[in-house]
Amino acid sequence: MMHPLVIAGLVKGFDRMPVLRGVDLTLEPGQVTALVGPNAAGKSTLIKCVLGLVRPDAGRIDVFNEPAGADPHYRRFIGYMPQLPRFPDNLTGQEVLDFLASLRAGQDDRAIAVAEAIGLTVETLARPVRTLSGGSRQKLNAVVALRYDAPLLILDEPTASLDPLSSGHLKDLVRQRKDDGTAVLLTSHVMAEVEELADRLVYLVEGTVRFNGSMDELRLVTGERKVERAIAQLMRQAA
Amino acid sequence: MTTPAFRRVLGYSVRNLVRSRWIVGYGILLFLVADALFRFSGGGPRGAASLMNVVLLVVPLVSVVFGTLHFSGSREFIELLLAQPVGRRTLYTALYLGLAVPAALVFIAAVGIPALMHGGAGLARPMAMTLLTGVLLTLVFTSLAFLCGVRFDDRARGLGMALLAWFAAVVVYDGLILVITTVFRQYPLEKPLLVLTLANPVDLGRVLMLMTFDVAALMGYTGAVFSRFLGTSLGILIATLALVAWAVGPALLGLRGFQRKDF
Repeated sequence: MMHPLVIAGLVKGFDRMPVLRGVDLTLEPGQVTALVGPNAAGKSTLIKCVLGLVRPDAGRIDVFNEPAGADPHYRRFIGYMPQLPRFPDNLTGQEVLDFLASLRAGQDDRAIAVAEAIGLTVETLARPVRTLSGGSRQKLNAVVALRYDAPLLILDEPTASLDPLSSGHLKDLVRQRKDDGTAVLLTSHVMAEVEELADRLVYLVEGTVRFNGSMDELRLVTGERKVERAIAQLMRQAA
Repeated sequence: MTTPAFRRVLGYSVRNLVRSRWIVGYGILLFLVADALFRFSGGGPRGAASLMNVVLLVVPLVSVVFGTLHFSGSREFIELLLAQPVGRRTLYTALYLGLAVPAALVFIAAVGIPALMHGGAGLARPMAMTLLTGVLLTLVFTSLAFLCGVRFDDRARGLGMALLAWFAAVVVYDGLILVITTVFRQYPLEKPLLVLTLANPVDLGRVLMLMTFDVAALMGYTGAVFSRFLGTSLGILIATLALVAWAVGPALLGLRGFQRKDF
């Protein structure tokens, strides 16, 4: 079976400080996997390794059986929504979308449908990015990630800066993509969001996976019904 | 090199840049200064010679500051671009050329148009060399700016290093030459000074322009040595090639750093 993402023995350190210490992780199609952990657990580094932004010291990352690394071609499988969107100030939202689309020529583009679904209007897209609010930039960020038929979505704090209505729309879109068979890797500090969206949870502490299982398994292991309390329980156990 | 992705990133970079207030302000400032210099010098080679300090001081300063800020300010978007199916070499090269080439074209237009408006017949050769020097210095200091941007994640440190490079080239270097020629005056210094000239792109630019202007009095010690040892034609050729090397070297170092960089 071809997995959307397979990470095996991933090791990475910065200035001799280990950040990831042999991480193993496999994503399944049609599942949302939440990657959670305290600050400096290595979540961002792990995501950046998958995207090829950070070069691992050891280990292997395969995206649909293609090794992540020097050849950028494998990234056509990935839709990425970074935590801090920063787009060129002098371009309009539409120009940003057009430019990014040109880098993925040939991929099914649903930018208009996604923008409509998330409440990003044509008028807003026609404005220079520097005049957009934080929420509108985050919506633009969501459109950039969700517009393609990429079968692996990586969402880093996706609902940050979004109002409850837009946040709800975004979560609906993520669920829709999941139902279509897309694998989603989600990081979030909002546990209600994790509870709402995730099928599996990976708990990372100091670069090591301390828990990797379904939400039911998480409740069973921790004896807590609520995800927030279950995570708190994991944190206490890890301390 | 000119893959579709390269052309698209280049196109984006140019489009983003031409709407920047920086580049517009830079063009207007250069135009006004060049126009005033040619207007008040009667349009002769003296106008071109007066432009020398603008080319040697302002062009490197603007290129190095704007290049560093541009690169550092684009860091998050560069990360987003690297999450697309685009190679690092393609991205770096397109971003570099997308900044350096429009900046060089703005320089040519802003300085060349006043020269055409006010210049006399004897201005063609000095102006051609002024434009060549300005373009090469733009490429050199944009390369250095990108190198600083790649090496230093912290924007302030990157800008500090870039300004230090500019300061070393336009101020410290002259002091160093003065110290060397004073301390070692009993030794034959021509060849070491020839090598030292090659070590400073701003001095190479000065030599390049003054050899064309034939203003020996302004040439300084290194310029005089350069001219005496190599003659005008060979001197111009070597200075030009050295400036090209100064543009390509840091650009390649920056590319190497960019390809190995953890974002």
